[in-house]
Amino acid sequence: MPIILWTDALVFLLVVCAAAAGRYVSRREYLLSSWRRVGESRAGMSALTVLAVFVLIGLFDSLHYRPRLEAVAGEQANGYSTEVRSVLDTLLLPLKTKTEKTYSAPLATHLYARETVEMPDGGQARVFPRLKHGGIHLPDPAADWAGDVAARILHGVALAVLAWLTFTAAAVQATALHWGMRWRTAWRRIWRGETHFAWNAVLVTLALLLFLAGPLVTLAGGYHVFGTDKVGQDVLYLTLKSIRTGLVIGTITTLAMLPFAVALGIVAGYLGGWVDDVIQYLYTTLNSIPGVLLIAAAVLMMQVVIDTHPDWFATAAQRADARLLALCLILGVTSWTGLCRLLRAETLKLREFEYIQAAQAFGASSLRIMGRHILPNVMHIVLIAVVMDFSGLVLAEAVLSYIGIGVDPSTISFGSMINTARLELAREPVVWWSLVAAFAFMFVLVLAANLFSDAVRDAFDPRLAGRQIAPATQGQAA
Amino acid sequence: MIAYIVRRLLYAIPILIGVNLLTFTLFFVVNTPDDMARMQLGIKRVTPEAVQKWKAERGYDKPLVYNEAADGAGKVTRTIFFEKSVKLFALDFGRADDGRDIGHEIKTRMGPSLAIALPVFLLGLFVTVTFALLLAFFRATYLDFWGVVACVALMSISSLFYIIGGQYLVSKVWHLVPISGYAGGLDATRFLILPVVISVAAGIGSSTRWYRTIFLEEIGKDYVRTARAKGLSELTVLFRHVLKNAMIPILTGVVVVIPLLFMGSLLVESFFGIPGLGSYTIDAINAQDFAVVRSMVFIGSVLYIVGLLLTDLSYTLVDPRVRLQ
Repeated sequence: MPIILWTDALVFLLVVCAAAAGRYVSRREYLLSSWRRVGESRAGMSALTVLAVFVLIGLFDSLHYRPRLEAVAGEQANGYSTEVRSVLDTLLLPLKTKTEKTYSAPLATHLYARETVEMPDGGQARVFPRLKHGGIHLPDPAADWAGDVAARILHGVALAVLAWLTFTAAAVQATALHWGMRWRTAWRRIWRGETHFAWNAVLVTLALLLFLAGPLVTLAGGYHVFGTDKVGQDVLYLTLKSIRTGLVIGTITTLAMLPFAVALGIVAGYLGGWVDDVIQYLYTTLNSIPGVLLIAAAVLMMQVVIDTHPDWFATAAQRADARLLALCLILGVTSWTGLCRLLRAETLKLREFEYIQAAQAFGASSLRIMGRHILPNVMHIVLIAVVMDFSGLVLAEAVLSYIGIGVDPSTISFGSMINTARLELAREPVVWWSLVAAFAFMFVLVLAANLFSDAVRDAFDPRLAGRQIAPATQGQAA
Repeated sequence: MIAYIVRRLLYAIPILIGVNLLTFTLFFVVNTPDDMARMQLGIKRVTPEAVQKWKAERGYDKPLVYNEAADGAGKVTRTIFFEKSVKLFALDFGRADDGRDIGHEIKTRMGPSLAIALPVFLLGLFVTVTFALLLAFFRATYLDFWGVVACVALMSISSLFYIIGGQYLVSKVWHLVPISGYAGGLDATRFLILPVVISVAAGIGSSTRWYRTIFLEEIGKDYVRTARAKGLSELTVLFRHVLKNAMIPILTGVVVVIPLLFMGSLLVESFFGIPGLGSYTIDAINAQDFAVVRSMVFIGSVLYIVGLLLTDLSYTLVDPRVRLQ
C-alpha cells in the first residue's frame, strides 16, 4: 500500500516545479543563456554530477509504502504492516536487516569487543566472536579474507569501468549527433574541453564516483563496508538514509520560505508607505531574535504539541515525518528575513525604472506590475539565495540535532548519527567509522552544493558576470 | 548625536514589545500551561492535582492576560502575561525550574562566555582579514585560486567535525590540554586555548572568502587606479586605501555581533564544559526549562538591537561623511 508522507508530497511537488521551470526556461533563449554559462563551469558541472547522485538516492528514499503482511498459516493475508518502508529500504533490505550485536569495524569478520564464550570442552574463553552476517561466507576468515576482499574490489572496479564506458559512449554519441560530427572528433572535443557543456568534468567526476561506488556495492554484498554502530546497524545503510533528510531540510525549508520572502519583499518595496513600515517591523523583530534561540523556542513548542496529541499520527514514521516537516517550516519562517530585505531593496531600485513607469502610465494594476514586471527581474536574486542557502541548511541540521532541537530521534540523519556517535572517539579502542562516514558524506554533499551554488551565482549575478580580476603584477606594471 | 541615539533607543521599544508578544504567544498560547505541565510530568498517569501543583509552583496558575478575580490594577498585573513577559523589560527573569534565580545565573555565567567569545572574535577577525588581504594581494594567481578552493573546502566541513576532531587529536592523542572543564582566573587559559583555536579555525573559510570579495570589489574602483598611477606600491594601496574603504562593509557584519558575544557559543561551550550562557541555554533546552529559554530570547534581542545601534555609531568613526541626525 503506497503511503505519501507530507515531505514526500512536497519533494515531488518540488520535482514537478523544477521540471516545469526547466521547460519554461528551455523555450526562452534569454533565460537559457545564463544556464549555459552554468553548464560551461567545470567545477559547477562536476558538483552537479555529485548532487544528481545524492538527489537520486533521496528520491528513491521518498517513495514510501507499507508492505503487505505475509499470510500466517491457515489465514488469509489481510492488512498491512505498520512499518513504513521506502523503495531505497527495499533495495538495501539486506543491509537493513542484517544487523549485528554491536560495534564491528569496517569489513570486519569479527565483533569489535571480546565476549565470554563457552568452549566446546566446557571451559570459558574471552574471544572476538564471529559476526552473524559480515563475512559469513568465508570458511576461514584469517586465510580467505584478503583474497575475497581483493576479488570483490576487482569485480566492483570491472563493473564501474563497464558502467562508465556505457555512459561515456552515450554522451559522445549524443554530442556527435547534435553537432553532426564524427565520433572520434566528438570524443576529442569532449576530452579537450572544447564543448560548451563541460562534458569532460561530468565524465571525470562520474568515473571517480563509479570507482568508489562499484567496489562499495560488491563489498556490501558480503560485509559491513563501513562497519556497524553500537546497536549493530550497518553504517552504510544509515549514511544512505541520512541523505534524504539532509536534502529535504535543504529544499523544503527554502520552499517554505520563498512565498513569504518574495511576496513581502516585493510588496514592501513597490507599495512603500505603511505596508512597507509593517513589513519592515515584522522582519526586524524576527531578525532581532538570535536564530538558534528562535528555532529552539519554536521546536520546543512543536514538540509539546506533537507529544500531547499522539492520536494524530497512525505510524511512527508519520510522526517523525511531521516533525521533519515542522522543522523545515520553522527554519523557513526564521530565515526568510534576509532574502526579503534583499528583494525589498531591489524592488525599490526597479520601481524607478522607465519600463515600470510606462506600465503604470498604461494603467496596469499594481498586482500585475509586481507579478509580470518586477518578479521576473528579481528572480536571479531568488535563485542565488536558494542555492546558497542549501548547504548552510544541511550543516545546520547536524548542529540542531546535536543541540536536541533537530529531527525526531527515530529519523536517520547526519545530525542524529553524529549525535549518537559523538562519545565513540573517547572509547578505548576508538570507534571512528560512524563519525567518519557521516562527516565524509556530509562534506561531499555540502562541498558539491557550495561549488554548484558558486557556479550559479557567477552566471546569474549581473555584478559578477563578465568581471575579470586583474592580477596585482599587471596593476603594478601599469 | 545624542538625539539620534535617544531616537534609536525609542525605536527599539516596539521591536522589543514585538519580541515579547512573539515569545508569549509561543510559550503560553500555542501550548497552554496545562499542556506543558502534562508534558513535564509525563503524558500518561497525570492527575489534575499534580498539574495544579506544578503550575502553582511556577506561578502559571493565573489567567493569561486578564484576571477577573483580582481587583484594581491587579486585573492586569496578576496575570501570566504581566508576571512572565512584561517583567522581562525590568530585567526580572524569575526563577528557573530548579528554583535558581535566572538573573543571578546570567550574571555569573557571562564571564566565562565572554572569556571564550572575545578572544575568538578578535583573533578570528585578525586572522581572516589578514588571509583575505593576502589572497587579494595575490589575486588571479595560483595562490589565490587554491586559497579560495581551500576556503570552500573549509566552509563545507561541519563545525561539529572541527570540535570533535580537534578535541580528539589535541586532547586525547597528543595530551596537550585538558579535554574539557573550566577554572577561574589565569588557570582558565589552559582550558580556553583549544576551544578558541577551534572556533577560529571553524570560521576561517567563510569569513576569508567574504572579506576577499569585499576587498576585490574595492580594488576594482577608480581611486585605486589613481593611487597606483601616483606610483604607490601595491602594499600601500592595499593597506592605506583599500582596507580603509572596505571598513564600512566589514563593520556592518562585525559590530552587530559584539554585544552578542555575551551570549557565548552553544556548541563550543557545551562540548568543552565551559559554564557560560551558551551551555546554560543548551541545558535549558534539553531540560525543557522554558523560563530560561524565554529569558535568553529576550536578552538576545536586546543585545542585537544594541549591536545595530553600535554599527551605526561605528560608521561615524570610520567615515567622516556619515552624519547621524
